[in-house]
Amino acid sequence: MIADLLFSVAALALAAAAAWWLRGRRARREAPAPGPNRILFPFLGRALSGPALESALRLARAEGATLVPVYLAEVPRHLPLDVALPRQSGIALELLEAVEQRATRCGVAVDTRIERGRDARHALREMLAHERCDRIVLAAETGAGGDGFSPEETAWLLANAPGEIVVLRPARGQVAPRGRGSDAPSSAVTAPRAA
Amino acid sequence: MGATATRPGRLKVFLGMAAGVGKTYRMLQEGQAEAENGRDVVIGYLEPHGRAETVAQAAGLEVVPRRRVAYRDAELEEMDLGAILERAPELCLIDELAHTNAPGVEHGKRYEDVADVLAAGIDVFSTVNVQHLESLNDQIAELTTTRVRETVPDEVLGDADELVLVDLTPEALIERLRAGKVYPAERVASALRNFFRVEHLAALREVALRQVAEEVEARRVVMPAPAARRGDGERLAATAAPAAIGERLLALVTPAPASQRVVRRAWRSAQRLGAELDLLYVQPPGAGAARPSASRGGGRSAARAASEQEQLDALRRLSVTLGAHLLVVPGDDLVATVRTVARERGTTYVLIGAPSRRGALARLLRPSLPSRLLDALPGVDVRIVADRTRRA
Repeated sequence: MIADLLFSVAALALAAAAAWWLRGRRARREAPAPGPNRILFPFLGRALSGPALESALRLARAEGATLVPVYLAEVPRHLPLDVALPRQSGIALELLEAVEQRATRCGVAVDTRIERGRDARHALREMLAHERCDRIVLAAETGAGGDGFSPEETAWLLANAPGEIVVLRPARGQVAPRGRGSDAPSSAVTAPRAA
Repeated sequence: MGATATRPGRLKVFLGMAAGVGKTYRMLQEGQAEAENGRDVVIGYLEPHGRAETVAQAAGLEVVPRRRVAYRDAELEEMDLGAILERAPELCLIDELAHTNAPGVEHGKRYEDVADVLAAGIDVFSTVNVQHLESLNDQIAELTTTRVRETVPDEVLGDADELVLVDLTPEALIERLRAGKVYPAERVASALRNFFRVEHLAALREVALRQVAEEVEARRVVMPAPAARRGDGERLAATAAPAAIGERLLALVTPAPASQRVVRRAWRSAQRLGAELDLLYVQPPGAGAARPSASRGGGRSAARAASEQEQLDALRRLSVTLGAHLLVVPGDDLVATVRTVARERGTTYVLIGAPSRRGALARLLRPSLPSRLLDALPGVDVRIVADRTRRA
């Protein structure tokens, strides 16, 4: 009698533990849980460097951190700073979607952002004002141009941003010409051209 | 033959995506047709920009002489409102509705002159480019990197009795420009480099087409009630007309990173439909304020509140960039709050993120959120935004 009771209690406990484990496994499979640390990954333009993104993802995965890709939109000076930006939004959302898909496949939690400013440096300043972070990963521009940050922008960030900054130099052949209407190389994550 | 002021005149506006599509030409063509039909037609103001085709099309129509206005050291020519009212034709053709008058004339803007002409019972044909519409000015400036200073309030177009879109493909317009039919030869190269680029013109054309479509839809909504003698089919069609108004999307968000995906998908749908987008966060009671001493886990709940506030701020900034409207509405019943907001905003689509999986018991006890929304919002589409990374 007592043995039967003990057996039933044990079976119930086992079933509850199995259900709890299955639920946890399902939750883990659904979406990576956001980590306590945040790695900002700002980028500009129509395309972002695939290798730079992979490096940011590797770092985030190794640290169990949340990757925060930040598209920096430039508001033309003849427009109010708080104006809607449909053209740049179209580009930004495509790129952020692509980053999110890649990050989720790698098991990295992602929290996307768009920041805006009169120029890249202003947008970077806004990003720092709004986002807390432990690290910043950014791709530097090469001498041939590209969608990375200029030496001046990089120097400004090094002087003003808190935490650690990882500056990545694109490998040769991984440089996308800067600006709207440019054609990005196949290794870059690109947004379709807006009408 | 003159107009009488017993009824206001009718306004017909020829809308184009850019200079050179043929708005003025089309206005003159229709003016000539009216004159041939025996109406008393005059040209109140014409700006042919030296285009020979336009000048030729105006031949034979009476022109009310312009008035001269001294401004600083120059003498400017403006439309003579007084002379038009005195002449009192049946129909007056007035080019460039968005024009700003020189100081010293009756009104600051030409559309105000046109209002006086209409009030005198004179019908008016006029022309305007889509980038001059006040509500589209910022959007078009961002699309084309060129801002125009002369704007027309949207009501002027909304109150027009007829709106005619003068359409041309971007390629055809560029061809006209190259052939010297739009600007003099010395301005062509600079125009091609700046404003007259295929991508700018394609975007402007889309905005113009959408604007006219919206006006047409708005007019359908204020259609008079069907007459009693009409057949059932006609009655049905007429009562269904208000339902054809433009789409309005409502995306349900929470202060969590996953909501960004819902917002992205909702914004793209809104762009395709030419619809307004509202983002709704139904804030549970007590949320949004950190209460560190409220419980044992006070520190954790304060951190969660701070994190939610951070996410909400990010959503607010995102909505500004996208031109969407973020609504934060307190409520403990999500479905009831969504229903109230959807009714107030005239929502036609609701978008939600994929709900988390529920156990069999929970499914038995309570229908899912999409089911409850469908029940609460008859006639509204409910769309679940899936996570595409999980697609097999």
